[in-house]
Amino acid sequence: MTYLAGQRVRVAARTHEGHHRTPAYLKGRTGRVERLHAPFTNPETRAYGSDGLPLQPVYLVSFAHGDVLPSPASRAADRIYADVFEHWLEEAE
Amino acid sequence: MERAVHDRGGWPTEAPIDRSEHELADWEVLMDALVGALGGAGAMNVDELRRGIESMPPDEYEHASYYERWLYSVETILTEKGVLSPGELDARVAS
Repeated sequence: MTYLAGQRVRVAARTHEGHHRTPAYLKGRTGRVERLHAPFTNPETRAYGSDGLPLQPVYLVSFAHGDVLPSPASRAADRIYADVFEHWLEEAE
Repeated sequence: MERAVHDRGGWPTEAPIDRSEHELADWEVLMDALVGALGGAGAMNVDELRRGIESMPPDEYEHASYYERWLYSVETILTEKGVLSPGELDARVAS
């Protein structure tokens, strides 16, 4: 599944035994794709002796501060930016 | 959402952020160089380094400093790969 800039996406809420780079505080949260990065080695396999290939798509995703953390009114306009691998993203409404 | 001890983002805390510069001990500078050299030699990579850190018992993780975690991971990963034998570093240090 390829995502376009501006598209709403949700970070998968699944647990994952073993090394992965998707932080718990973003799992299940919905954000907006900002851009597609250059593809990157997969840390989930590279952490166990593999070369991490094939390269995986990674997106810059932004989240409204209040959609992720308890947000004071002074942070209402802030956004949180994170790089998320495509296989951790799902289509959102 | 269930999370491991290293997965710190969003943990509630009232503690202020320590923004002071930290003085590095010689062994910490060497630890950094060693990990760079191991990466350059293809002996271990950064994802393995992180996985090794994440394998620390939570209580040890909480009490270890940044480079103590690197040391734990390098010993774990290199032992796993057979570069070090179990207990080899402890024996060397004790001798």
